Amino acid sequence: MTQTAGALRQFRLPDVGEGLTEAELLQWLVAVGDTVAVNQPLCEVETAKAAVELPSPHAGRVVELLVDAGATVDVGTPIITIDTGEAPSEPAGTGLIGETTATGRTAVLVGYGPRTTEARRRPRRTAETGSAPLLATAPDARTKPVRHGGLEVGRQAEAAAVRADAASSTAVAPGRRGPRPLAKPPVRRYAKDCGVDLATVSGTGAGGVITRADVDAARAAAVPVAVPPAPSAGEQRIPVTGVRKHTAAAMVASAFTAPHVTEFLTVDVTRTMKLRRRLAERPELAGVPVSPLLFVAKAVLLAIGRHPMINSSWDEAAQEIVVHGRVDLGIAAATPRGLVVPNIRDAGRLTLPELAGALAELTTTARAGRTAPEAMTGGTFTITNVGVFGVDTGTPILNPGEAAILAFGAVRERPWVHKGKVRPRQVTTLALSFDHRIVDGELGSRFLADVGAVLQDPGSALLC
Amino acid sequence: MTAVRHETDDADIGDLHEVVDPVPGAGAPHLPRQMDLVQLLTPEGERLEHPDYPLDVSDEELRGCYRDMALVRRWDGEATALQRQGELGIWASLLGQEAAQLGAGRALRDGDTAFPTYREHGVAWARGVDPLHVMSLFRGVDNGGWDPVALGFNLYTVVIGAQTLHATGYAMGVQRDGAESAVLAFLGDGATSQGEVNEAMVFAASFSAPVVFFCQNNQYAISVPLERQSRVPLYRRAAGFGFPGVRVDGNDVLAVLAVTRAALQAAREGQGPTFIEAFTYRMGAHTTSDDPTRYRLAAEVEEWKLRDPIARLMAYLSRSGLADAAFFAGVEAEADALAARIRSGTIGMPDPRPTAMFDAVYAEQTPPLAAQRAEFEAYQASFEGGERS
Repeated sequence: MTQTAGALRQFRLPDVGEGLTEAELLQWLVAVGDTVAVNQPLCEVETAKAAVELPSPHAGRVVELLVDAGATVDVGTPIITIDTGEAPSEPAGTGLIGETTATGRTAVLVGYGPRTTEARRRPRRTAETGSAPLLATAPDARTKPVRHGGLEVGRQAEAAAVRADAASSTAVAPGRRGPRPLAKPPVRRYAKDCGVDLATVSGTGAGGVITRADVDAARAAAVPVAVPPAPSAGEQRIPVTGVRKHTAAAMVASAFTAPHVTEFLTVDVTRTMKLRRRLAERPELAGVPVSPLLFVAKAVLLAIGRHPMINSSWDEAAQEIVVHGRVDLGIAAATPRGLVVPNIRDAGRLTLPELAGALAELTTTARAGRTAPEAMTGGTFTITNVGVFGVDTGTPILNPGEAAILAFGAVRERPWVHKGKVRPRQVTTLALSFDHRIVDGELGSRFLADVGAVLQDPGSALLC
Repeated sequence: MTAVRHETDDADIGDLHEVVDPVPGAGAPHLPRQMDLVQLLTPEGERLEHPDYPLDVSDEELRGCYRDMALVRRWDGEATALQRQGELGIWASLLGQEAAQLGAGRALRDGDTAFPTYREHGVAWARGVDPLHVMSLFRGVDNGGWDPVALGFNLYTVVIGAQTLHATGYAMGVQRDGAESAVLAFLGDGATSQGEVNEAMVFAASFSAPVVFFCQNNQYAISVPLERQSRVPLYRRAAGFGFPGVRVDGNDVLAVLAVTRAALQAAREGQGPTFIEAFTYRMGAHTTSDDPTRYRLAAEVEEWKLRDPIARLMAYLSRSGLADAAFFAGVEAEADALAARIRSGTIGMPDPRPTAMFDAVYAEQTPPLAAQRAEFEAYQASFEGGERS
């Protein structure tokens, strides 16, 4: 069959979701030179609503991919050229999909159409003055094209907002959060899953919108930063065989340096235990132990969010209190070689499944005696799970340099007054020790009560 | 775990799941106990008998059921692809619900009238609607091109549940005409939460109207799983309105046919309404604008693939020698031709005249409407290249 120029057909990005104006091209599923059939998937695109595959409208050979994977494309933009090997059957100018007709109307696609028609509004007849104007003010062609109605107005308002945001964000002082970063919901979700704070990501999409690729880049950049712990001055590198010695020194130093206060709270955790059973069946938590400790850790992280002063250190030399910007959550673990307190870096940023995974990894590593020294330094708050040994509670001694430590006792079924009747309920005791130089009784009490409240009614975590 | 409320505890949100069916994970639906479900063809293609629903069906009809379902599925797939290519504004896929729709559609007789939602492509097919008349609606070219009176198939209704009122009112008219025909009202599980659906059922019961409510429970009201909407299986709601409710395996075309036939016949004979819950599953998205992976598990979809309505009839036809490879190949070729006709017919649809929107508002033009039309025509004519009236 003779190949003519007319055999080349372009496929323009359609509006796949009722009023969308753009999509991100996630990946190509075909390459130049491939032979494609009608309805064969060409590429995957992600809109603000969903990620979908686009099937080919033509059969033929792929001549050119007009858009790179990762790019954000306006609806109506040609994305691929396919050689169909035959001249087009439709006569030109009769409204082929994606082609602009003589009237200036782009016959794209049913739906709202691409913004390329924005400037193609049909001109008014100049000579015609027969009837009174139908509208009191003629619509401005720049803001209200006939074909697009409110959508284009909204788009321009949005563009103006983006410009305003961009202008104001430059005026924002460093450290202060600027306007909410722009990203589509799937990308927001992706960033959240990856633990990437969108506020720290600079967007490369149109109008500064953050794309999936930007999140990946931020994630890649963040990894090496997160791994090496901040080396603290005068830090001793302890051989693993010296755990006992180190523990003794640390405990003595702590007990005789920081004036300890311990408070106790007994809590009905029946609902947390039920939630734990339910969540353990969730696919997100498949294969990960969902322990009661996980919920205590989550409750602590939420309470720290409300009371950041709990997550602090006393700097004797500088005579300053250091309030930490992130929570490195220490978990006291009994190992064959003694007590170690490895910590989870920046635990406050983890989702519940991530936290569960981190906890499981931390305990497995600790029990195997493979905890890296740097994982044991620089913690900012510690939980000690004495309940696993069957005891109700204790008066924990602070991990040196930290302002507070929480002991989590055994969860037991006890007679408990619930809704005016004595019922068998699952109850535990929490003990919080804190450094009274930093934390007063009021703050310590409020913090402990907050932890207890979340465990008593895990639904209240939604309020945080 | 039993469906017993915890006497000691309060109503945590998660406990709602335990009222209907035990739901591990995020609401995977479970087929109800066998005694609740009318089934004549198992997912493996084994033919069962049911004491209340003997089925009188010829071999030709069985092959016809297969052909209809296979062709409608192909139509549906082509329509989804055309939407992704920008040729349709939206598409509501019926994938997985072919048996429920063809079983119900084939149970209708001449003179009966069906009131569809916007997903009843299979019923449309069974009633003889040209697929292109459905495609034109989803392309935005017209409001649906078929004759609802001649075909006994009302126009698609996008407002959720509204058609149940239309159907009940129509059935009351049939009753007053003394006609011996029935009305089949389609609805989804989500519509059962709508006020007008409940109103329709109250009226249908009060007047013993010859209407059958055919609910395709495809498990999700867009993203909301059924157990969030109903604490009892849907078919049991009928008891509260005072008419029979029956749950049928919606992926079993024979059971749906038998149950719907019986319900329509009861309606024609003056025994009043029936509520049919066709227990099925929407294998695709709610519409092409929806992403079902955000609210349901892949494992659940995989589980339902094993209950495919077409595969089980194919297994039965093959095993019992009612159809051979040539038959299936013939249907396949027919499906290819249908898909090609739908593709070229859809792409070739001319744009409607802008003034066409005035044509079918009322049977007769009203003076205000005529004035609006004239004004609009003048406005259109004010552009270069525009229509001159």
